Amino acid sequence: MTVTSSNPEILSELDRPNSYIGKVVPRPNLGRLMQGRGLYVSDMELPRMGHVVFLRSPHAHANIRGIDAVAARGVPGVIAIVTGKELSAIITPWVGVLSHLKGLKSAAQHAIAIDRVCWQGEAVAAIVAVSRAVAEDAAELVRVDYEELEAVTDMRTALDPATPVIHPSLGDNLAFERNLDAGEVDAAFAGSDVVVEADFIFGRHTGVTLEPRSVVADWNTAEERLTIYQGTQAPHMVQNIAALHLGLEELQVRVVCKDVGGSFGIKVHIYADEMATYALSKLLRRPIKFVADRVESFNTDIHARDHRCWGRIGVGRDGVITAFEIDDLTGIGPYSMYPRTSAIEANQVVNLVGGPYVTRNYRARARVVFQNKNVMCQYRAVGHPIACSVTEGLVDLAAARIGMDPVEIRRRNLIADNAYPCASPSGLRFELLSHHAAMNKLMTMMNYDALRAEQAELRSKGIHRGIGIASFIEVTNPSAAFYGVGGARISSQDGVAVRLDAQGSVICQTSITEQGQGSESLTAQIVGSVLGVSMERVRVILGDTDNTPYGGGTWASRGAGIGGEAALQAAKILRGNILDVAAAILQSSAAELDIADNAIVNAADGASRMELRELARIVYFRPDTLPPGVQSELMATRHFVPREYPFAFTNGVQASWLEVDTDTGFVKLLRHWVVEDCGTLINPQLVDEQIRGGVVQGFGAALFEKCIYDERGQLTNASMADYLVPMSGEMPDIEVGHVVSPTSETELGAKGAGEAGTAGAAAAVANAVNDALRPFGAVITEIPLTPQLVLTALGRV
Amino acid sequence: MIVPLSISLEVNGERVDADVLPRVNLADFLREHLQLTGTHVGCEHGVCGACTVRVNGEIVRSCLMLAVQTHGASVQTIEGLSDSGEIADLQDAFRDRNALQCGFCTPGMLMAAQDLLKQQTEPDREQIREHLSGNYCRCTGYQAIIDAVETTARGRRTA
Repeated sequence: MTVTSSNPEILSELDRPNSYIGKVVPRPNLGRLMQGRGLYVSDMELPRMGHVVFLRSPHAHANIRGIDAVAARGVPGVIAIVTGKELSAIITPWVGVLSHLKGLKSAAQHAIAIDRVCWQGEAVAAIVAVSRAVAEDAAELVRVDYEELEAVTDMRTALDPATPVIHPSLGDNLAFERNLDAGEVDAAFAGSDVVVEADFIFGRHTGVTLEPRSVVADWNTAEERLTIYQGTQAPHMVQNIAALHLGLEELQVRVVCKDVGGSFGIKVHIYADEMATYALSKLLRRPIKFVADRVESFNTDIHARDHRCWGRIGVGRDGVITAFEIDDLTGIGPYSMYPRTSAIEANQVVNLVGGPYVTRNYRARARVVFQNKNVMCQYRAVGHPIACSVTEGLVDLAAARIGMDPVEIRRRNLIADNAYPCASPSGLRFELLSHHAAMNKLMTMMNYDALRAEQAELRSKGIHRGIGIASFIEVTNPSAAFYGVGGARISSQDGVAVRLDAQGSVICQTSITEQGQGSESLTAQIVGSVLGVSMERVRVILGDTDNTPYGGGTWASRGAGIGGEAALQAAKILRGNILDVAAAILQSSAAELDIADNAIVNAADGASRMELRELARIVYFRPDTLPPGVQSELMATRHFVPREYPFAFTNGVQASWLEVDTDTGFVKLLRHWVVEDCGTLINPQLVDEQIRGGVVQGFGAALFEKCIYDERGQLTNASMADYLVPMSGEMPDIEVGHVVSPTSETELGAKGAGEAGTAGAAAAVANAVNDALRPFGAVITEIPLTPQLVLTALGRV
Repeated sequence: MIVPLSISLEVNGERVDADVLPRVNLADFLREHLQLTGTHVGCEHGVCGACTVRVNGEIVRSCLMLAVQTHGASVQTIEGLSDSGEIADLQDAFRDRNALQCGFCTPGMLMAAQDLLKQQTEPDREQIREHLSGNYCRCTGYQAIIDAVETTARGRRTA
């Protein structure tokens, strides 16, 4: 069932007196964050804690001939200076490959470089001191003798025979290649009335989390146990990896994740400097803190995108798309990241191109090459912005060529809303999408026809505005198909434990994590709704491997859909258990009772029978008064993982309205609309804010953000003064609407929403810019759309 | 040998006497010496606004000011503004509008927003956007923040 509603407060069948599902309620954890009373890793201090600073390579590619740390060791306050070789006795290297990405290869990466550095910013030594300032002083005195090597920087020539091979043992610089050929592509193109092609170029950019990556590692040598305090999206993954490479059992490693200052995929990976920090704590038998500074963040937080993708599309004069073909090339730095690998984005591009459309003819090649630049990996909306920009860019080019309205060509090709379930040419299985309903809603929200009229009128006055449309699909709720099948110990299931405490409140432990999305809120909303308990009486515990069930965490738009369902099922069991005890106490039957407003009530008339507080008192302190044989069980645990569909696909459409100043090349965003379908809305406000935040990250990629490397592999804009991010002054208001097609794989029906905004924003903006420039015959297929690019396309520079 | 300097100042209404090295910036002084960790450090080069605090009534980036420069000054941080109740309505509006996600920018954002609200009783959305344009938020996309500040301004006019 698909519901289109202007009122997003859709109530599910779970609507009960205490239902919070589908309601806007404030997140319970905001108070501490607004008062400056949160606890981020960068705030933490432990007794005897040392601070580590990493000395990093100034060269993109160089041999390390020697390290002289004598002078640095003499600085008062220095605890230790540790090289890669010394640290390799504590922690083993890793190789970032997965078996389901056939042919993916990478080289062994060490926590700190040994003998050779492969990108500017790779750590060559750790300086540990009583304060970060002292460690930085000492780092300036460490002398490293480098022999500079030729750097491989241009992905286009990385595979040329004349280009040095970064890791000779691998034979070449090709990390991964995937080819797909579905349907009858050649015949389809041959039979097309029009074939349009273009090269799409995507700048390298990065996450710029406001809190840099931070970790405090605390090896207690008496307990032989390591506690890692880290802002991570996947605590159990970190536990597994740290144990594996330090030679420990997982029960010797505890990962604690308190407040996290932004993640977006940046904090879901295992970084060499974090591994080094764990190892240093073990080596030095004391807590060690690492907080990246902003320059380190730019040089070592994973970068993303950096694709060059050729694409072509065939269409008939009637607007029917006959085929898509792409050839994608991406450079990932010198190593495939660990443990999720750096081949996933290109793989996603192959999977997702053409995804919203009917055509069965699709050919794709993607190649992933090594370079001497910072590592690249999964960042919010992995692969989606590339696939969406290529697909939607091609659709617009085709529409322009045959003189068809961009909305009309989409309507003629989007998969019909009644065609589900179905599959894409790349094998993606769609349970239920709503492309046409979403488009219809978008047209109403933006008043498309009136906007077109306004555009035409303004054009006659020399004002160049454009409308850009981008339909998209989004991968959410990933099953084991994402990582588990490839051998990664990254859980795709999540668990939730709920218990009634001795005052009738609810304690809930969940394996999903919170980085601001609202995991804590949605868990409390679901548990409160099912149990009939008010939200302020639900306490949610997350981010602690000692104190939560085992699970994946929060990434890939999975927290609400997977963790939320586990919470729902656990709460249902607890509810039944509570009613069983209540029936015993009240000499009634569970079927005749219900829970509402924190009390046991009659199911029939809602009359209050007993407060939960009183029930808990009896169960915990006067069990002797219960009938013989009654053993209460006021704690329940349930786990959930999707099994039927590998991914719960969502869909949506975005529209951009902007103005291009043809004299300066500046693009001014005026308005933006998004209609998306993430199934059941647990908290419409949280969904809308995920969408808006994601859209603005997409705007960053579209207009501002780019890691600019020179030909020697030097990152030239590693500061927030030089690397531009969206600020409030340039951002428009964004209107969000919903179509609701719940997944039937869960009772909750929720799919993910975290990446939809980022998936389509850049495509909508680029299409709008090209729409604005159409009278000039200029087409730009590169982002970020800088003033220079715009003026170049207009022939003005 | 560079020696610490003695400074005396008022922080959130309490007198503080401390010996600090001349190179220690105000952000690190607040966080590491006084454990006022609500002031966040995002870029350490004066761009992101996360470390915004009030010195003698004016908002400043505490990463760009040395602790020794605050000798004799009155400093207010997010902890102080929260405890005094000065921004309780603004915080309520942020909560109701979900104008924060990870919360890392929020103390600085609240500082900057309150600075605007003290200067102008009827700021329009463009003015709010402009005043906050030195405070980076990666999570929200800003709209909810603008809404919350606008709502607070409206509430104060009718109060």
